[in-house]
Amino acid sequence: MSTTTPTAPPAPAGAPKVSLFHPTVARLTYRALLGRRRALILFALPALLVIIALAVRMIAGADDSTAGGILGGFALGTMVPLIGVIAGTGAIGPEIDDGSVVYLLAKPVPRPTIILTKLLVAIGVTVAFSAVPVLLAGFLLNGNSQQIAVGYAVAAAVASVAYSALFLLFGTITRHAVVFGLVYALVWEALVGTLVPGAKTLSIQQWALAVGQKAAAEGAIISDVQLPLAIGLLVALTVAATWYAGRRLKALTLAGEE
Amino acid sequence: MSTLRIDHVSRWFGNVVAVNDITMTIAPGVTGLLGPNGAGKSTLINMMGGFLAPSNGTVTLDGTTIWRNAGIYRHIGIVPEREGMYDFLTGREFVVANAELHGLGRAEAARALATVEMEYAQDRKISTYSKGMRQRVKMASALVHDPSVLLLDEPFNGMDPRQRMQLMELLRRMGDQGRTVLFSSHILEEVEQLASHIEVVVAGRHAASGDFRKIRRLMTDRPHRYLVRSDNDRALAGALIADPSTSGIEVDLAEGALRIQAVDFGRFTELLPRVARDHGIRLLTVSPSDESLESVFSYLVAA
Repeated sequence: MSTTTPTAPPAPAGAPKVSLFHPTVARLTYRALLGRRRALILFALPALLVIIALAVRMIAGADDSTAGGILGGFALGTMVPLIGVIAGTGAIGPEIDDGSVVYLLAKPVPRPTIILTKLLVAIGVTVAFSAVPVLLAGFLLNGNSQQIAVGYAVAAAVASVAYSALFLLFGTITRHAVVFGLVYALVWEALVGTLVPGAKTLSIQQWALAVGQKAAAEGAIISDVQLPLAIGLLVALTVAATWYAGRRLKALTLAGEE
Repeated sequence: MSTLRIDHVSRWFGNVVAVNDITMTIAPGVTGLLGPNGAGKSTLINMMGGFLAPSNGTVTLDGTTIWRNAGIYRHIGIVPEREGMYDFLTGREFVVANAELHGLGRAEAARALATVEMEYAQDRKISTYSKGMRQRVKMASALVHDPSVLLLDEPFNGMDPRQRMQLMELLRRMGDQGRTVLFSSHILEEVEQLASHIEVVVAGRHAASGDFRKIRRLMTDRPHRYLVRSDNDRALAGALIADPSTSGIEVDLAEGALRIQAVDFGRFTELLPRVARDHGIRLLTVSPSDESLESVFSYLVAA
Protein backbone atom coordinates (compact mmCIF):
# COMPACT_ATOMS: atom_id res chain seq x y z
CA MET A 1 0.00 0.00 0.00
CA SER A 2 1.60 3.21 -1.01
CA THR A 3 -1.16 5.72 -1.08
CA THR A 4 -0.16 9.17 -0.07
CA THR A 5 -2.36 11.14 -2.42
CA PRO A 6 -5.96 10.32 -1.64
CA THR A 7 -7.91 13.47 -2.09
CA ALA A 8 -11.38 12.10 -2.72
CA PRO A 9 -13.68 12.58 0.26
CA PRO A 10 -14.98 9.39 1.86
CA ALA A 11 -18.09 7.83 0.38
CA PRO A 12 -21.31 9.63 1.30
CA ALA A 13 -20.67 10.79 4.84
CA GLY A 14 -23.74 12.98 5.10
CA ALA A 15 -24.68 14.15 8.55
CA PRO A 16 -27.02 11.61 10.16
CA LYS A 17 -30.55 12.85 10.82
CA VAL A 18 -31.56 13.84 14.33
CA SER A 19 -34.49 11.81 15.60
CA LEU A 20 -36.25 11.80 18.95
CA PHE A 21 -35.56 8.21 19.80
CA HIS A 22 -33.10 5.44 19.06
CA PRO A 23 -34.33 2.04 20.23
CA THR A 24 -30.82 0.65 20.81
CA VAL A 25 -29.77 3.62 22.94
CA ALA A 26 -33.01 3.21 24.87
CA ARG A 27 -32.41 -0.51 25.44
CA LEU A 28 -28.87 0.03 26.67
CA THR A 29 -30.04 2.85 28.94
CA TYR A 30 -32.88 1.07 30.69
CA ARG A 31 -30.92 -2.15 31.05
CA ALA A 32 -28.12 -0.14 32.65
CA LEU A 33 -30.62 1.65 34.89
CA LEU A 34 -32.47 -1.42 36.08
CA GLY A 35 -29.39 -3.64 36.20
CA ARG A 36 -27.51 -1.71 38.84
CA ARG A 37 -27.72 -2.13 42.58
CA ARG A 38 -29.05 1.41 42.82
CA ALA A 39 -32.13 0.12 41.02
CA LEU A 40 -33.15 -1.58 44.27
CA ILE A 41 -34.13 1.87 45.59
CA LEU A 42 -36.37 2.21 42.54
CA PHE A 43 -38.33 -0.79 43.77
CA ALA A 44 -37.98 -0.23 47.51
CA LEU A 45 -39.32 3.34 47.75
CA PRO A 46 -42.60 2.75 45.88
CA ALA A 47 -43.08 -0.50 47.79
CA LEU A 48 -42.62 1.40 51.04
CA LEU A 49 -45.19 3.99 49.96
CA VAL A 50 -47.76 1.34 49.11
CA ILE A 51 -47.15 -0.49 52.39
CA ILE A 52 -47.54 2.75 54.38
CA ALA A 53 -50.75 3.54 52.50
CA LEU A 54 -52.11 0.09 53.18
CA ALA A 55 -51.19 0.20 56.86
CA VAL A 56 -52.65 3.69 57.41
CA ARG A 57 -55.88 2.71 55.70
CA MET A 58 -56.25 -0.42 57.83
CA ILE A 59 -55.39 1.28 61.11
CA ALA A 60 -56.91 4.76 60.71
CA GLY A 61 -59.43 4.25 57.92
CA ALA A 62 -59.94 6.53 54.92
CA ASP A 63 -59.10 10.16 55.66
CA ASP A 64 -58.48 12.89 53.10
CA SER A 65 -56.08 14.99 55.16
CA THR A 66 -53.96 11.97 56.13
CA ALA A 67 -53.88 10.94 52.47
CA GLY A 68 -52.78 14.44 51.46
CA GLY A 69 -50.11 14.41 54.14
CA ILE A 70 -48.58 11.14 53.02
CA LEU A 71 -48.79 11.81 49.28
CA GLY A 72 -47.60 15.40 49.56
CA GLY A 73 -45.01 14.85 52.27
CA PHE A 74 -43.42 11.47 51.66
CA ALA A 75 -44.35 10.79 48.03
CA LEU A 76 -43.96 14.19 46.34
CA GLY A 77 -41.52 15.60 48.87
CA THR A 78 -39.04 12.74 49.09
CA MET A 79 -39.76 9.74 46.92
CA VAL A 80 -40.33 11.38 43.54
CA PRO A 81 -37.17 13.53 43.62
CA LEU A 82 -35.11 10.56 44.85
CA ILE A 83 -36.33 8.38 42.03
CA GLY A 84 -35.72 11.27 39.66
CA VAL A 85 -32.11 11.48 40.89
CA ILE A 86 -31.52 7.77 40.39
CA ALA A 87 -33.15 7.57 36.96
CA GLY A 88 -31.93 10.94 35.64
CA THR A 89 -28.29 10.72 36.66
CA GLY A 90 -28.18 6.95 36.13
CA ALA A 91 -29.32 7.31 32.51
CA ILE A 92 -25.97 8.78 31.50
CA GLY A 93 -23.58 9.45 34.39
CA PRO A 94 -22.13 5.95 34.83
CA GLU A 95 -21.50 5.59 31.09
CA ILE A 96 -19.51 8.80 31.02
CA ASP A 97 -17.70 7.74 34.19
CA ASP A 98 -16.52 4.34 32.98
CA GLY A 99 -15.96 5.46 29.39
CA SER A 100 -18.47 3.10 27.82
CA VAL A 101 -20.28 6.11 26.34
CA VAL A 102 -17.59 5.92 23.63
CA TYR A 103 -19.52 3.09 22.03
CA LEU A 104 -22.54 5.37 21.63
CA LEU A 105 -20.59 8.42 20.55
CA ALA A 106 -18.40 6.69 17.96
CA LYS A 107 -21.44 5.96 15.84
CA PRO A 108 -23.26 7.82 13.08
CA VAL A 109 -25.96 8.74 15.59
CA PRO A 110 -26.48 12.46 16.30
CA ARG A 111 -25.74 13.32 19.89
CA PRO A 112 -29.06 15.17 20.41
CA THR A 113 -30.77 11.87 19.52
CA ILE A 114 -28.77 10.15 22.25
CA ILE A 115 -29.74 12.77 24.86
CA LEU A 116 -33.43 12.83 23.86
CA THR A 117 -33.63 9.04 23.99
CA LYS A 118 -31.99 8.95 27.39
CA LEU A 119 -34.34 11.67 28.64
CA LEU A 120 -37.37 9.68 27.45
CA VAL A 121 -36.11 6.55 29.19
CA ALA A 122 -35.42 8.48 32.41
CA ILE A 123 -38.91 10.02 32.29
CA GLY A 124 -40.47 6.63 31.61
CA VAL A 125 -38.67 5.01 34.52
CA THR A 126 -39.42 7.91 36.90
CA VAL A 127 -43.11 7.95 35.97
CA ALA A 128 -43.38 4.18 36.28
CA PHE A 129 -41.70 4.11 39.68
CA SER A 130 -43.24 7.30 41.11
CA ALA A 131 -46.49 8.44 39.47
CA VAL A 132 -47.96 4.94 39.18
CA PRO A 133 -47.29 3.98 42.83
CA VAL A 134 -48.59 7.41 43.96
CA LEU A 135 -51.85 6.73 42.14
CA LEU A 136 -52.08 3.27 43.67
CA ALA A 137 -51.27 4.56 47.17
CA GLY A 138 -53.85 7.34 46.76
CA PHE A 139 -56.58 4.86 45.93
CA LEU A 140 -55.55 2.69 48.86
CA LEU A 141 -55.57 5.66 51.25
CA ASN A 142 -58.94 7.23 50.49
CA GLY A 143 -60.31 5.73 47.30
CA ASN A 144 -59.45 8.86 45.29
CA SER A 145 -61.87 10.98 47.28
CA GLN A 146 -61.64 14.65 46.20
CA GLN A 147 -59.50 13.35 43.28
CA ILE A 148 -56.54 13.41 45.65
CA ALA A 149 -54.97 10.25 44.19
CA VAL A 150 -55.26 11.52 40.61
CA GLY A 151 -54.10 15.02 41.56
CA TYR A 152 -50.92 13.81 43.26
CA ALA A 153 -50.27 11.26 40.52
CA VAL A 154 -50.47 14.00 37.89
CA ALA A 155 -48.14 16.15 39.99
CA ALA A 156 -45.71 13.22 40.30
CA ALA A 157 -45.79 12.62 36.54
CA VAL A 158 -45.19 16.29 35.78
CA ALA A 159 -42.38 16.45 38.33
CA SER A 160 -40.85 13.29 36.80
CA VAL A 161 -40.33 15.08 33.49
CA ALA A 162 -38.59 18.09 35.02
CA TYR A 163 -36.50 16.06 37.48
CA SER A 164 -35.38 13.70 34.71
CA ALA A 165 -34.21 16.58 32.52
CA LEU A 166 -32.46 18.35 35.39
CA PHE A 167 -30.67 15.28 36.76
CA LEU A 168 -29.75 14.04 33.30
CA LEU A 169 -28.02 17.38 32.83
CA PHE A 170 -26.22 16.90 36.17
CA GLY A 171 -25.05 13.54 34.84
CA THR A 172 -23.37 15.21 31.86
CA ILE A 173 -21.74 17.91 33.96
CA THR A 174 -20.20 16.22 36.97
CA ARG A 175 -19.17 12.78 38.10
CA HIS A 176 -20.75 13.63 41.44
CA ALA A 177 -24.17 14.02 39.86
CA VAL A 178 -25.87 11.85 42.46
CA VAL A 179 -24.55 13.98 45.30
CA PHE A 180 -25.63 17.20 43.63
CA GLY A 181 -28.97 15.64 42.81
CA LEU A 182 -29.51 14.59 46.40
CA VAL A 183 -28.52 18.01 47.70
CA TYR A 184 -31.04 19.62 45.36
CA ALA A 185 -33.79 17.10 46.11
CA LEU A 186 -33.37 16.83 49.86
CA VAL A 187 -31.81 20.10 50.96
CA TRP A 188 -33.31 22.54 48.51
CA GLU A 189 -36.72 21.07 47.80
CA ALA A 190 -37.45 19.39 51.09
CA LEU A 191 -35.80 21.80 53.51
CA VAL A 192 -35.24 25.26 52.05
CA GLY A 193 -38.31 24.92 49.84
CA THR A 194 -40.60 24.33 52.78
CA LEU A 195 -39.06 26.84 55.17
CA VAL A 196 -38.12 29.81 53.01
CA PRO A 197 -41.16 31.27 51.26
CA GLY A 198 -39.28 32.74 48.28
CA ALA A 199 -37.50 29.47 47.54
CA LYS A 200 -40.82 27.80 46.90
CA THR A 201 -41.09 29.61 43.61
CA LEU A 202 -37.93 27.86 42.50
CA SER A 203 -39.01 24.35 43.38
CA ILE A 204 -39.99 21.69 40.87
CA GLN A 205 -42.16 20.16 43.54
CA GLN A 206 -44.23 23.35 43.91
CA TRP A 207 -44.60 23.72 40.15
CA ALA A 208 -45.81 20.14 39.88
CA LEU A 209 -48.23 20.65 42.77
CA ALA A 210 -49.70 23.65 40.92
CA VAL A 211 -50.55 21.31 38.06
CA GLY A 212 -51.84 18.64 40.47
CA GLN A 213 -53.98 21.27 42.18
CA LYS A 214 -55.89 21.71 38.95
CA ALA A 215 -56.51 17.98 38.61
CA ALA A 216 -57.79 17.50 42.17
CA ALA A 217 -60.90 18.89 43.85
CA GLU A 218 -60.86 22.53 44.92
CA GLY A 219 -58.58 23.03 47.94
CA ALA A 220 -57.45 19.38 48.14
CA ILE A 221 -53.91 20.17 46.94
CA ILE A 222 -52.24 23.50 47.56
CA SER A 223 -49.29 25.03 45.76
CA ASP A 224 -47.56 28.33 46.38
CA VAL A 225 -47.05 28.97 42.69
CA GLN A 226 -49.69 30.10 40.20
CA LEU A 227 -50.47 27.59 37.45
CA PRO A 228 -49.37 29.62 34.37
CA LEU A 229 -46.05 30.50 36.01
CA ALA A 230 -45.58 26.90 37.12
CA ILE A 231 -46.16 25.52 33.61
CA GLY A 232 -43.91 28.15 32.10
CA LEU A 233 -41.10 27.32 34.52
CA LEU A 234 -41.53 23.55 34.07
CA VAL A 235 -41.30 23.82 30.29
CA ALA A 236 -38.44 26.30 30.41
CA LEU A 237 -36.41 24.16 32.82
CA THR A 238 -37.00 20.94 30.88
CA VAL A 239 -36.12 22.46 27.51
CA ALA A 240 -33.11 24.38 28.77
CA ALA A 241 -31.68 21.43 30.72
CA THR A 242 -32.10 19.07 27.77
CA TRP A 243 -30.62 21.55 25.34
CA TYR A 244 -27.60 22.11 27.53
CA ALA A 245 -27.14 18.39 28.18
CA GLY A 246 -27.07 17.89 24.40
CA ARG A 247 -24.42 20.56 24.09
CA ARG A 248 -22.36 18.96 26.84
CA LEU A 249 -22.50 15.63 25.08
CA LYS A 250 -21.63 17.16 21.73
CA ALA A 251 -18.46 18.63 23.15
CA LEU A 252 -17.73 15.71 25.44
CA THR A 253 -14.05 15.00 25.24
CA LEU A 254 -12.54 11.77 26.31
CA ALA A 255 -8.97 12.64 27.04
CA GLY A 256 -6.88 9.62 27.89
CA GLU A 257 -5.53 9.07 31.37
CA GLU A 258 -2.21 10.57 30.39
CA MET B 1 -8.31 3.62 0.62
CA SER B 2 -8.39 6.00 3.52
CA THR B 3 -5.71 8.33 4.71
CA LEU B 4 -5.70 10.20 7.99
CA ARG B 5 -3.94 13.50 7.88
CA ILE B 6 -2.79 15.41 10.91
CA ASP B 7 -1.75 18.86 9.87
CA HIS B 8 0.16 21.15 12.25
CA VAL B 9 -1.93 19.93 15.15
CA SER B 10 -1.45 21.16 18.69
CA ARG B 11 -3.55 20.43 21.69
CA TRP B 12 -3.19 21.93 25.10
CA PHE B 13 -5.07 21.40 28.35
CA GLY B 14 -4.89 24.63 30.30
CA ASN B 15 -1.20 25.40 30.50
CA VAL B 16 -0.08 21.90 29.58
CA VAL B 17 0.83 21.23 25.97
CA ALA B 18 -0.05 17.60 25.25
CA VAL B 19 0.56 17.69 21.49
CA ASN B 20 2.91 20.22 19.98
CA ASP B 21 2.63 21.09 16.27
CA ILE B 22 2.52 17.56 14.88
CA THR B 23 2.12 16.82 11.19
CA MET B 24 1.80 13.23 10.01
CA THR B 25 -0.02 11.13 7.46
CA ILE B 26 -1.39 7.70 8.29
CA ALA B 27 -1.82 5.67 5.11
CA PRO B 28 -3.37 2.21 4.59
CA GLY B 29 -1.47 -0.62 6.25
CA VAL B 30 -0.50 -0.99 9.89
CA THR B 31 1.07 2.03 11.55
CA GLY B 32 2.43 2.00 15.08
CA LEU B 33 2.28 5.13 17.20
CA LEU B 34 5.23 4.73 19.52
CA GLY B 35 6.10 6.83 22.53
CA PRO B 36 6.63 6.70 26.26
CA ASN B 37 3.69 7.08 28.62
CA GLY B 38 2.40 10.63 28.68
CA ALA B 39 3.88 11.45 25.28
CA GLY B 40 0.56 12.50 23.81
CA LYS B 41 -0.39 9.26 22.01
CA SER B 42 -3.86 9.03 23.51
CA THR B 43 -4.47 12.71 22.84
CA LEU B 44 -3.57 12.15 19.19
CA ILE B 45 -5.76 9.06 18.89
CA ASN B 46 -8.63 10.89 20.58
CA MET B 47 -8.32 13.68 18.03
CA MET B 48 -8.22 11.17 15.17
CA GLY B 49 -11.30 9.51 16.64
CA GLY B 50 -13.23 12.77 16.95
CA PHE B 51 -13.32 12.83 20.74
CA LEU B 52 -11.12 15.84 21.16
CA ALA B 53 -10.86 19.06 19.18
CA PRO B 54 -7.39 20.15 18.15
CA SER B 55 -6.49 23.48 19.74
CA ASN B 56 -4.71 24.29 16.51
CA GLY B 57 -4.41 22.63 13.10
CA THR B 58 -6.66 20.09 11.40
CA VAL B 59 -7.30 16.37 11.58
CA THR B 60 -8.96 14.99 8.46
CA LEU B 61 -9.89 11.68 6.89
CA ASP B 62 -9.52 11.90 3.12
CA GLY B 63 -10.03 15.63 3.33
CA THR B 64 -13.08 15.53 5.61
CA THR B 65 -12.82 17.11 9.06
CA ILE B 66 -13.29 14.58 11.85
CA TRP B 67 -14.23 16.77 14.83
CA ARG B 68 -18.00 17.13 15.34
CA ASN B 69 -18.76 14.99 12.33
CA ALA B 70 -20.85 12.01 13.43
CA GLY B 71 -21.03 10.82 9.81
CA ILE B 72 -17.31 10.05 9.87
CA TYR B 73 -17.97 7.03 12.12
CA ARG B 74 -19.29 5.13 9.10
CA HIS B 75 -15.62 4.85 8.12
CA ILE B 76 -13.82 4.69 11.45
CA GLY B 77 -13.75 1.90 14.00
CA ILE B 78 -12.40 2.68 17.47
CA VAL B 79 -10.98 0.34 20.09
CA PRO B 80 -10.63 2.46 23.24
CA GLU B 81 -8.13 1.74 25.98
CA ARG B 82 -10.61 2.04 28.81
CA GLU B 83 -12.40 -1.03 30.05
CA GLY B 84 -15.95 0.28 30.48
CA MET B 85 -18.17 -1.60 28.03
CA TYR B 86 -21.66 -2.47 29.31
CA ASP B 87 -20.52 -5.44 31.39
CA PHE B 88 -24.09 -6.52 32.04
CA LEU B 89 -24.53 -7.53 28.39
CA THR B 90 -23.31 -10.72 26.78
CA GLY B 91 -20.62 -10.39 24.13
CA ARG B 92 -23.16 -11.01 21.42
CA GLU B 93 -25.67 -8.47 22.80
CA PHE B 94 -22.88 -5.90 22.96
CA VAL B 95 -21.76 -6.40 19.37
CA VAL B 96 -25.37 -6.52 18.12
CA ALA B 97 -26.06 -3.20 19.89
CA ASN B 98 -23.01 -1.70 18.20
CA ALA B 99 -24.24 -3.03 14.85
CA GLU B 100 -27.69 -1.53 15.40
CA LEU B 101 -26.19 1.85 16.18
CA HIS B 102 -24.70 1.66 12.67
CA GLY B 103 -28.07 0.72 11.23
CA LEU B 104 -26.90 -2.88 10.79
CA GLY B 105 -28.06 -6.10 12.41
CA ARG B 106 -27.35 -9.56 13.72
CA ALA B 107 -25.73 -10.85 10.54
CA GLU B 108 -22.98 -8.23 10.66
CA ALA B 109 -22.52 -8.77 14.39
CA ALA B 110 -22.12 -12.52 13.85
CA ARG B 111 -19.55 -11.90 11.12
CA ALA B 112 -17.55 -9.56 13.37
CA LEU B 113 -17.63 -12.05 16.25
CA ALA B 114 -16.41 -14.75 13.87
CA THR B 115 -13.56 -12.52 12.71
CA VAL B 116 -12.23 -12.21 16.25
CA GLU B 117 -13.02 -15.87 17.05
CA MET B 118 -15.25 -15.08 19.98
CA GLU B 119 -18.28 -17.12 18.99
CA TYR B 120 -17.53 -19.72 21.64
CA ALA B 121 -18.07 -17.20 24.46
CA GLN B 122 -20.53 -14.84 22.83
CA ASP B 123 -23.41 -15.77 25.12
CA ARG B 124 -21.48 -15.16 28.31
CA LYS B 125 -21.73 -11.87 30.17
CA ILE B 126 -18.87 -9.47 29.42
CA SER B 127 -18.26 -9.17 33.17
CA THR B 128 -16.97 -12.76 33.12
CA TYR B 129 -14.47 -12.14 30.30
CA SER B 130 -10.70 -12.07 30.59
CA LYS B 131 -8.75 -9.06 29.45
CA GLY B 132 -7.97 -10.67 26.10
CA MET B 133 -11.59 -11.65 25.50
CA ARG B 134 -12.75 -8.13 26.28
CA GLN B 135 -10.21 -6.78 23.84
CA ARG B 136 -11.45 -9.09 21.12
CA VAL B 137 -15.08 -8.17 21.68
CA LYS B 138 -14.07 -4.51 21.54
CA MET B 139 -12.40 -5.33 18.22
CA ALA B 140 -15.60 -6.99 16.99
CA SER B 141 -17.61 -3.91 17.95
CA ALA B 142 -15.18 -1.72 16.01
CA LEU B 143 -15.22 -4.00 12.95
CA VAL B 144 -18.95 -4.54 12.76
CA HIS B 145 -19.49 -1.91 10.03
CA ASP B 146 -16.41 -2.95 8.05
CA PRO B 147 -14.60 0.38 8.54
CA SER B 148 -11.69 1.47 6.38
CA VAL B 149 -9.91 2.97 9.39
CA LEU B 150 -9.22 1.24 12.67
CA LEU B 151 -7.85 3.15 15.68
CA LEU B 152 -6.58 1.22 18.70
CA ASP B 153 -5.32 2.83 21.89
CA GLU B 154 -2.73 0.61 23.66
CA PRO B 155 -4.47 -2.57 22.50
CA PHE B 156 -1.83 -4.93 23.92
CA ASN B 157 -1.83 -3.57 27.46
CA GLY B 158 -2.31 -6.34 29.97
CA MET B 159 -2.56 -9.12 27.38
CA ASP B 160 -0.73 -12.40 27.77
CA PRO B 161 1.70 -13.44 25.01
CA ARG B 162 -0.75 -15.78 23.28
CA GLN B 163 -3.54 -13.18 23.20
CA ARG B 164 -1.00 -10.64 21.98
CA MET B 165 0.01 -12.91 19.11
CA GLN B 166 -3.60 -13.51 18.09
CA LEU B 167 -4.39 -9.81 18.06
CA MET B 168 -1.23 -9.02 16.09
CA GLU B 169 -2.22 -11.64 13.55
CA LEU B 170 -5.67 -10.09 13.24
CA LEU B 171 -4.36 -6.54 12.87
CA ARG B 172 -1.82 -7.67 10.29
CA ARG B 173 -4.68 -9.22 8.32
CA MET B 174 -6.66 -5.96 8.57
CA GLY B 175 -3.68 -4.05 7.24
CA ASP B 176 -3.15 -6.50 4.39
CA GLN B 177 -6.78 -6.01 3.38
CA GLY B 178 -5.94 -2.36 2.72
CA ARG B 179 -7.38 -0.88 5.89
CA THR B 180 -5.70 1.98 7.65
CA VAL B 181 -4.81 0.52 11.03
CA LEU B 182 -3.24 2.73 13.68
CA PHE B 183 -2.32 1.46 17.13
CA SER B 184 -0.45 3.11 19.97
CA SER B 185 2.11 1.47 22.20
CA HIS B 186 4.97 2.39 24.49
CA ILE B 187 6.82 -0.86 23.77
CA LEU B 188 9.25 -0.78 20.87
CA GLU B 189 9.30 -4.56 20.32
CA GLU B 190 5.51 -4.66 20.03
CA VAL B 191 5.49 -1.97 17.40
CA GLU B 192 8.42 -3.48 15.54
CA GLN B 193 6.76 -6.86 15.22
CA LEU B 194 3.55 -5.52 13.80
CA ALA B 195 3.84 -2.13 12.17
CA SER B 196 5.13 -1.61 8.67
CA HIS B 197 5.38 2.07 9.49
CA ILE B 198 6.21 3.74 12.79
CA GLU B 199 5.53 7.23 14.06
CA VAL B 200 7.43 8.16 17.20
CA VAL B 201 6.01 10.77 19.55
CA VAL B 202 7.88 12.08 22.56
CA ALA B 203 6.79 14.81 24.95
CA GLY B 204 4.07 15.92 22.57
CA ARG B 205 6.40 16.27 19.61
CA HIS B 206 6.80 14.20 16.48
CA ALA B 207 10.24 12.64 16.98
CA ALA B 208 10.70 10.26 14.07
CA SER B 209 8.89 8.54 11.28
CA GLY B 210 9.72 5.58 9.09
CA ASP B 211 9.88 1.80 8.94
CA PHE B 212 11.22 -0.13 11.89
CA ARG B 213 14.70 -0.48 10.40
CA LYS B 214 15.04 3.27 10.20
CA ILE B 215 13.78 3.73 13.75
CA ARG B 216 16.10 0.98 15.01
CA ARG B 217 19.05 2.57 13.29
CA LEU B 218 18.23 5.93 14.84
CA MET B 219 18.17 4.22 18.19
CA THR B 220 21.40 2.23 17.85
CA ASP B 221 23.56 4.76 15.95
CA ARG B 222 23.74 7.10 18.86
CA PRO B 223 26.24 7.64 21.65
CA HIS B 224 25.86 4.81 24.17
CA ARG B 225 26.93 5.29 27.74
CA TYR B 226 28.28 2.51 29.90
CA LEU B 227 29.27 2.20 33.48
CA VAL B 228 32.25 -0.16 33.77
CA ARG B 229 34.06 -1.45 36.87
CA SER B 230 37.26 -3.46 36.60
CA ASP B 231 40.26 -4.41 38.72
CA ASN B 232 42.36 -1.80 36.84
CA ASP B 233 40.19 1.09 35.67
CA ARG B 234 42.99 3.40 34.52
CA ALA B 235 44.74 0.80 32.38
CA LEU B 236 41.41 -0.15 30.80
CA ALA B 237 40.58 3.51 30.11
CA GLY B 238 43.92 4.03 28.40
CA ALA B 239 43.48 1.02 26.17
CA LEU B 240 39.90 1.87 25.22
CA ILE B 241 40.41 5.54 24.37
CA ALA B 242 42.96 4.53 21.74
CA ASP B 243 40.14 3.05 19.69
CA PRO B 244 37.89 5.34 17.58
CA SER B 245 34.73 3.59 18.78
CA THR B 246 35.14 5.38 22.13
CA SER B 247 34.61 9.12 22.27
CA GLY B 248 35.06 9.83 25.95
CA ILE B 249 35.93 8.25 29.27
CA GLU B 250 35.53 9.70 32.71
CA VAL B 251 37.09 8.19 35.81
CA ASP B 252 34.41 8.48 38.42
CA LEU B 253 36.29 8.32 41.69
CA ALA B 254 33.23 8.47 43.90
CA GLU B 255 31.64 5.50 42.16
CA GLY B 256 34.95 3.73 41.64
CA ALA B 257 34.03 3.17 38.03
CA LEU B 258 34.54 4.34 34.45
CA ARG B 259 31.89 6.24 32.56
CA ILE B 260 32.40 5.47 28.90
CA GLN B 261 30.76 7.04 25.91
CA ALA B 262 30.82 4.86 22.79
CA VAL B 263 29.94 6.19 19.35
CA ASP B 264 30.09 2.91 17.44
CA PHE B 265 27.86 0.56 19.34
CA GLY B 266 28.70 -2.63 17.44
CA ARG B 267 32.41 -2.11 17.47
CA PHE B 268 32.57 -1.10 21.11
CA THR B 269 30.70 -4.17 22.38
CA GLU B 270 33.26 -6.30 20.58
CA LEU B 271 36.24 -4.15 21.64
CA LEU B 272 35.66 -4.05 25.38
CA PRO B 273 36.03 -7.77 26.20
CA ARG B 274 38.99 -8.15 23.79
CA VAL B 275 40.90 -5.22 25.34
CA ALA B 276 40.23 -6.57 28.82
CA ARG B 277 41.49 -10.02 27.90
CA ASP B 278 44.60 -8.71 26.09
CA HIS B 279 45.57 -6.58 29.09
CA GLY B 280 44.67 -9.17 31.68
CA ILE B 281 42.05 -6.90 33.24
CA ARG B 282 39.05 -8.40 35.00
CA LEU B 283 35.72 -6.74 34.20
CA LEU B 284 33.52 -6.55 37.29
CA THR B 285 30.57 -4.54 36.04
CA VAL B 286 29.44 -3.59 32.55
CA SER B 287 26.09 -1.87 32.49
CA PRO B 288 24.47 0.46 30.02
CA SER B 289 23.72 3.60 32.00
CA ASP B 290 21.06 5.08 29.75
CA GLU B 291 19.27 2.21 28.10
CA SER B 292 15.82 3.17 29.36
CA LEU B 293 13.34 3.82 26.61
CA GLU B 294 13.00 7.39 27.83
CA SER B 295 16.65 8.13 27.12
CA VAL B 296 16.38 6.52 23.71
CA PHE B 297 13.39 8.67 22.99
CA SER B 298 14.98 11.83 24.28
CA TYR B 299 17.92 11.14 22.01
CA LEU B 300 15.55 10.78 19.07
CA VAL B 301 13.90 14.08 19.87
CA ALA B 302 17.20 15.89 20.05
CA ALA B 303 18.32 14.36 16.73
